Amino acid sequence: MYAQMVDTGVAKVRDVAEMTQEERAFQDRIDADVKVEPKDWMPDAYRRTLIRQIQQHAHSEIVGMLPEGNWITRAPSLQRKATLMAKVQDEGGHGLYLYCAAETLGVSRDAMVADLHAGKVKYSSIFNYPTLTWADIGTIGWLVDGAAIMNQIPLCRCSFGPYARAMIRVCKEESFHQRQGYDIMLALCRGTPEQKVMAQDALNRWWWPSLMMFGPPDAASVHSAQSARWKIKLLSNDELRQRFVDQTVPQADYLGLKVPDDRLAWSAERGHYDFGEIDWQEFHEVIKGNGPCNRERMQTRIKAWEDGAWVREAALAHAEKHAARERQAA
Amino acid sequence: MDDDPRLFDYVLRLADNGVVLAQRLGEWVGKGPALEEDIALTNVGLDLLGQGRMWLAYAREIEARYAPPGRGEDALAFLRDGGEFRNLLLVEQPNGSYADTMARQFLFDQWHLMLLGALAGSKDERIAAIAAKAGKEVRYHVERSADWTIRLGDGTELSHRRMQDAVDALWMYTGEMFAVDAIERGLVAAGVAADAASLQGPWRSAVAAVFDEATLAMPGDGWMQGATGRGGKQGIHTEHLGHMLAEMQIVARSHPGARW
Repeated sequence: MYAQMVDTGVAKVRDVAEMTQEERAFQDRIDADVKVEPKDWMPDAYRRTLIRQIQQHAHSEIVGMLPEGNWITRAPSLQRKATLMAKVQDEGGHGLYLYCAAETLGVSRDAMVADLHAGKVKYSSIFNYPTLTWADIGTIGWLVDGAAIMNQIPLCRCSFGPYARAMIRVCKEESFHQRQGYDIMLALCRGTPEQKVMAQDALNRWWWPSLMMFGPPDAASVHSAQSARWKIKLLSNDELRQRFVDQTVPQADYLGLKVPDDRLAWSAERGHYDFGEIDWQEFHEVIKGNGPCNRERMQTRIKAWEDGAWVREAALAHAEKHAARERQAA
Repeated sequence: MDDDPRLFDYVLRLADNGVVLAQRLGEWVGKGPALEEDIALTNVGLDLLGQGRMWLAYAREIEARYAPPGRGEDALAFLRDGGEFRNLLLVEQPNGSYADTMARQFLFDQWHLMLLGALAGSKDERIAAIAAKAGKEVRYHVERSADWTIRLGDGTELSHRRMQDAVDALWMYTGEMFAVDAIERGLVAAGVAADAASLQGPWRSAVAAVFDEATLAMPGDGWMQGATGRGGKQGIHTEHLGHMLAEMQIVARSHPGARW
């Protein structure tokens, strides 16, 4: 997901007997669905895990602006250009709220950005894939934002107040993004034969990476149990992935597109779609930095940050001069 | 009969400034010097694109009167060649550094605000209505770009130098904003267009006040590009526009007749 494989720093979920009195009281509040607020006491591991999770999420929003921003200058109609600009701007806004939510846990935005640039904190694997045609913009809205909503709706109920509240706002905008993506796909699929080919090609390339967004299978998810106990992860990777497949396959059918999975079939017995094996080696390689665009994405972000340094310094210098003049005048 | 093609041309000038500058600002997305700046630049770009679309919609109505059904906004934006674009040379200049982008923005915004203020009193009701609506947005644009001109001008030694260089380099494109050609002259006389020449004095004073606070020197008034009736407003552009349009129009032109 936008935050994949978040390290909780704990080897196993602690039993009640192993907890201190404070930890027990904390867990009791979580079990009673009382939100944790920034000034409340919280276990260090909870704080660290949330910082990692929220900042991964924030970085994903910011890095995610790049593959979509790649098509703003080439959008094929003015209406689509305006919608895409508004959408990418929303992603920047999501990044801002999320950085603010993480800052309530005692970490600065600059420190988080430095960690991203140093490769210490990841962002979602999905943004390391290239956007090659206009149909990729439709597919990202449809699949990637669709997957993001799937994960983020439960997070509106997560235990940490500022994160839960940020998610409520983010989800409202994401659902608009998903609709705009699907609307692009509809236009392509109802368009010329070339447009339809473009749509199918984009689905072929984005389908499997979208399924990877939910993270490794539950059996291989070492940190999920503790996160679930803390209610910062409410549904498992596999549950979310299944919901996504179940929701998305009929949408592909409606578009007249073929999901690129020969093993995809409705199982009446399970009441779900069965689907093929995900290439986990590819997933791990992309996470490690070997995806098609990892280097470019990071280079672009680092360059923007470094090229902007003199601007930020100038703004600070001006603010100081201005304040000094005001003091002198007073 | 001749009035409508002239009015169409004039409205395209207004439209193309918005579309072209929005296209430039769109190039910054995801690469701004700070997240807040990224968001703000996109916001300004979105406003300008929205204004451009309102002008294009009106241009179509005008064109339909003498060449029905008139070209829609996408035909106008994506299927015209550079020589048919009517924007100012200033707005097609490349983004350069943040100082270049902000200098371009401030010089344009300050003029744009004054122009829209004058157009809000146009005898053409559609022009007056669009100008009044756009003016509200542009008031905020100029506040922001003036603020950045001051921050960078009166920031560090490096930012001061970059801002001064940017202003000096762009200054030769400012004269075109006040140059009135035959098309505009007729429409000014009819009370439809704004008399751009009359804006030059107030514009200079407003720019000088911001430069003063920014500790920037006012450039000398040398030769002005495009100010003698052979500039962007007449379809004679800098080399930059062709490259911008190549990128902007590629998808739309590769699929003739497709709907998106």
